[in-house]
Amino acid sequence: MVVEAKNLVKKYKDMVAVNGVEFKVQEQECFGFIGPNGAGKTTTMKMIYCFVPRTSGELQVLGKDPSIHPELVKADLGVVPQDNNLDEDLNVFTNLTMYANYFNIPKAIARTRSRELLAFVQLIEKEKVKINELSSGMKRRLMIARGLINDPKLLILDEPTVGLDPQARHLIWDRLHELKNQNVSMIITTHYMDEAAELCDRIAVMDKGKIMVVGKPKDLIREQIGEEVVEVRLLDTTVEKLKQDASGFQVTLEETSQKCYLYCQDCRPLLNHLADKGYKHILRRPATLEDVFLKLTGRDLVD
Amino acid sequence: MLIKVSYRWTKVWYRNYVSFLKFFYVNLVGNLGDPILYLLAMGFGLGAFLGQIEGVSYIQFLAPGIIVSSAMFAAVYECTFESFLKMIHLKTYDAIIVTPVNIEDVVAGDIVWGATKAMLSGIMMFVVIAAFGLVHSWWSLFIPFLIFLVGFHFASLAMLITAWAPNFDYFSYFLELVITPLFFFSGIFFPLSQSPGWLRALSGTFPLTHAVELSRSLVMGAVPQRPVTNILFLIIPSIGLFYWSVWRMKKRMIK
Repeated sequence: MVVEAKNLVKKYKDMVAVNGVEFKVQEQECFGFIGPNGAGKTTTMKMIYCFVPRTSGELQVLGKDPSIHPELVKADLGVVPQDNNLDEDLNVFTNLTMYANYFNIPKAIARTRSRELLAFVQLIEKEKVKINELSSGMKRRLMIARGLINDPKLLILDEPTVGLDPQARHLIWDRLHELKNQNVSMIITTHYMDEAAELCDRIAVMDKGKIMVVGKPKDLIREQIGEEVVEVRLLDTTVEKLKQDASGFQVTLEETSQKCYLYCQDCRPLLNHLADKGYKHILRRPATLEDVFLKLTGRDLVD
Repeated sequence: MLIKVSYRWTKVWYRNYVSFLKFFYVNLVGNLGDPILYLLAMGFGLGAFLGQIEGVSYIQFLAPGIIVSSAMFAAVYECTFESFLKMIHLKTYDAIIVTPVNIEDVVAGDIVWGATKAMLSGIMMFVVIAAFGLVHSWWSLFIPFLIFLVGFHFASLAMLITAWAPNFDYFSYFLELVITPLFFFSGIFFPLSQSPGWLRALSGTFPLTHAVELSRSLVMGAVPQRPVTNILFLIIPSIGLFYWSVWRMKKRMIK
């Protein structure tokens, strides 16, 4: 077991950030946390990487307790936090070798390893460049390279591709897939459902400091939503009328101010039925993780 | 909360050293500009109007104190503005403490680095003063040790302030209300023997006063009047301030 948490709690003075979560991360697994802002994902991650001490509960990271042996735990972790915190006084290459020094990695090994990692994240031609001359995609890749400098047993990524363009995101996904193939265990948080579905073997959906469900992305979609979704724009109809029109079908209906979502196993008959009834603004599509997310954590804006 | 500083503070010291080498010339001007100006303006300018003080010319009186004050300012600058920048704005601390280097090591590394820069600054000032022919004794070879202690003291004090500081403006209060008064009333610019009794008593509690006394003795080759008191006043508060600042900083960073 890479991480094992039981009834894990983090309280701050006036709020409970993590309210009794329980989860296990297996070896060679990519485990994802998704949830709205303030759900407690980042705090949970920070407890794992020894940045934040827990208030109560049990936590084992790589078989050790982070509150007793932080140095030993951290020695085998790779951490890529939400905000880039590269050392702006040092160039790209020195960022890696200096970081290696924090892990007590001998100089010669550090230099070889830094070169390999720069090649891995496609930054080898930038090795002498200053940090503030890198694009945000490059900085993120360098952050990932830095997180790998100690050949970690567990890589922790807090929103690895936030704010990046599609090319940069896909490049990072490629690299992370390659790491998965090399059997590196990973924990990821993300706001992008496609990213979670793409990378994670299992996902925990968090809200208000609690884990709502844990499972494989496909299972979660099937269990929580079904196979398909019909979206109806509420332009030329009302919720009441729609409920009546769909009453003959086995569906679950969810409404927002502008749209209705109808979850079903096979939505084709429903779609045809609604089309016959004269509905114009309807769309049938496969259910996604985003549906699960919004169903479980609500559609209201979290501030 | 448990405080344990490990050998890994050297990693942080080394990081600061590498970063320092990149900005070596900027650092040099920043550290030496002010003290040299004081020495010239006060020593030659004002000194021309003054007779002898404690049996020596005014610039000769001033020079040993300026060595010490340059060390003080270097340490204070390093562990207020620089450390705050690394902690809050650049998130350098955040990056380092997810490695086996703990927050205590980071703070200790920054403090010892502050002391190191103070020492370098003091040594450079000493060389300038020697070039003016104002150094008269081999005892002055102990100056680097003395100014390292001064640097360690003020780096620890500055770090403690940094642990409380909500923003950069906060440091102005510290500089105006603590450092500047120390600078003027620690016997650098005038001998305290002529001052009112209460000021002399107060000044006697400042570690800086004791550093200035020692510096003057070492530069002149004179026997210090109270060397043990001087050294104790430099070392004991420093140890307290060091642990206090590491503890406060840990409290701030680890929540």
